[in-house]
Amino acid sequence: MSPSGAELIRQIKGQINEVDPAEVHDLVDDGVALVDVRETEEFNSGHLPGARHVPRGYLESRIEGAVPDRSQRVVLYCASGNRSALAAHTLSQQLGYEHVESMTGGITLWKDRGYEVEVPRALTTEQRERYSRHLLIPEVGAEGQQKLLDSSVLLLGAGGLGSPAALYLAAAGVGTIGIVDNDEVDLSNLQRQVIHTTDRIGTSKVDSAEETMRAINPDVRVVKFPTRLGAENIMDVLQARAWDVVVDGLDNFPTRYLLNDATVRLGIPVVSASILGFDGQLSVFKPHEGPCYRCLYPVPPPVELAPSCGANGVLGVLPGTMGLLQATEVVKLIVGAGEPLVGRLLLYEALGATFTELKVRRDPDCPVCSRDPAEISDEEMGVFPDYEAFCAAAG
Amino acid sequence: MAVTVKIPTQLRAAADGAAEAEVEGETVGEVLDDLFERFEELRERISQDGGELRRFVNVYVGGEDIRFLDGLDTPVADGAEVTILPAVAGG
Repeated sequence: MSPSGAELIRQIKGQINEVDPAEVHDLVDDGVALVDVRETEEFNSGHLPGARHVPRGYLESRIEGAVPDRSQRVVLYCASGNRSALAAHTLSQQLGYEHVESMTGGITLWKDRGYEVEVPRALTTEQRERYSRHLLIPEVGAEGQQKLLDSSVLLLGAGGLGSPAALYLAAAGVGTIGIVDNDEVDLSNLQRQVIHTTDRIGTSKVDSAEETMRAINPDVRVVKFPTRLGAENIMDVLQARAWDVVVDGLDNFPTRYLLNDATVRLGIPVVSASILGFDGQLSVFKPHEGPCYRCLYPVPPPVELAPSCGANGVLGVLPGTMGLLQATEVVKLIVGAGEPLVGRLLLYEALGATFTELKVRRDPDCPVCSRDPAEISDEEMGVFPDYEAFCAAAG
Repeated sequence: MAVTVKIPTQLRAAADGAAEAEVEGETVGEVLDDLFERFEELRERISQDGGELRRFVNVYVGGEDIRFLDGLDTPVADGAEVTILPAVAGG
């Protein structure tokens, strides 16, 4: 009569060598191959430090990849010591491994003894599916995706540029997205601010943007700042979290200069874009590695040449193009791929369908980034002659 | 020597709506002077009384900012492209 399962395991344990967790603990750094034979989800919830993972179901086909040298000492473990005993039997009896042991009591006893467990930062099954097209490109891969999930990006404005950037950054799995905007959704926004919807006219833009982003990707944590960015709150907003990148989609010069000065002081890179009519500009200002906004534009243009102070026309698709170029630069900065647009200004002219690249150099006499960031005082930030007043005059 | 000058959106009203112009000149200064001959209104928009560029205007030759070259004396080769660029703040 065939033995019961429990009886078979007992018999097999009599035929293999077992080792106590205390001994394994002393062996961890000692050239022993530690192999976890549990299922992937069990492994991902925590394993012995330095353990290799070969699920028992794939033991025969994968063990040679994990432990090519059959004379190496191998310690197998599972949850409680049964599956590893069966696996040890297979390795020693059928595959010719010379020095195989099974750890008694498995990881359960290991933990009871108070020994360290390593929890791998693994994507969930759903995340592997959701981000599968990222995982397939080596420039992102699992490591880059994890960086995106761990990252915090601050969007200034949930308007023309911020809308498309927010949609794609949420879809890409940027873990925390902050949005600063004190406006409400208006009918005239919807021609280009694609994160908002007709039924949300009159609701706050940060709430509307949050709703859309959460619907796209529940992985994303949205931090809302329903406020107008100004000298009195910029340091609080920029220091609310450790923002990895700021996306500048602001609609006015005073705040752009203020943002530049504050981010140079704090060392936060800014992906900056601006639009007018059919023209867009894009650059990445990475403090002290490249030029800053003031190196590029030491002073803003006079009001008659700065129609952005008031309402002005723009092709609805243009902020989409520019906002997505911004999102692309953000992802590149976070995963560390490619050549970020540092020290370069990209001009896009939609009517002629032309891109022009201009060089932007660090100004050795820049009033902001040529100095020790700690010396930039609150009073100096965002300062240039009478700009608030003249924008107000321009309406 | 023909040089193409690219005129930004904000300044096109002062240039009869032109997005670019073909002008003559061997330095940025000469190129701009020729441009101003055609579009007088542009002169006061981007030049100061002494002929220097107003500070908010960036001018590029072959993708390089003339502030980091020789300013208005920067040589311009035949067929080169000169870009006039003010900051834009729209978002």
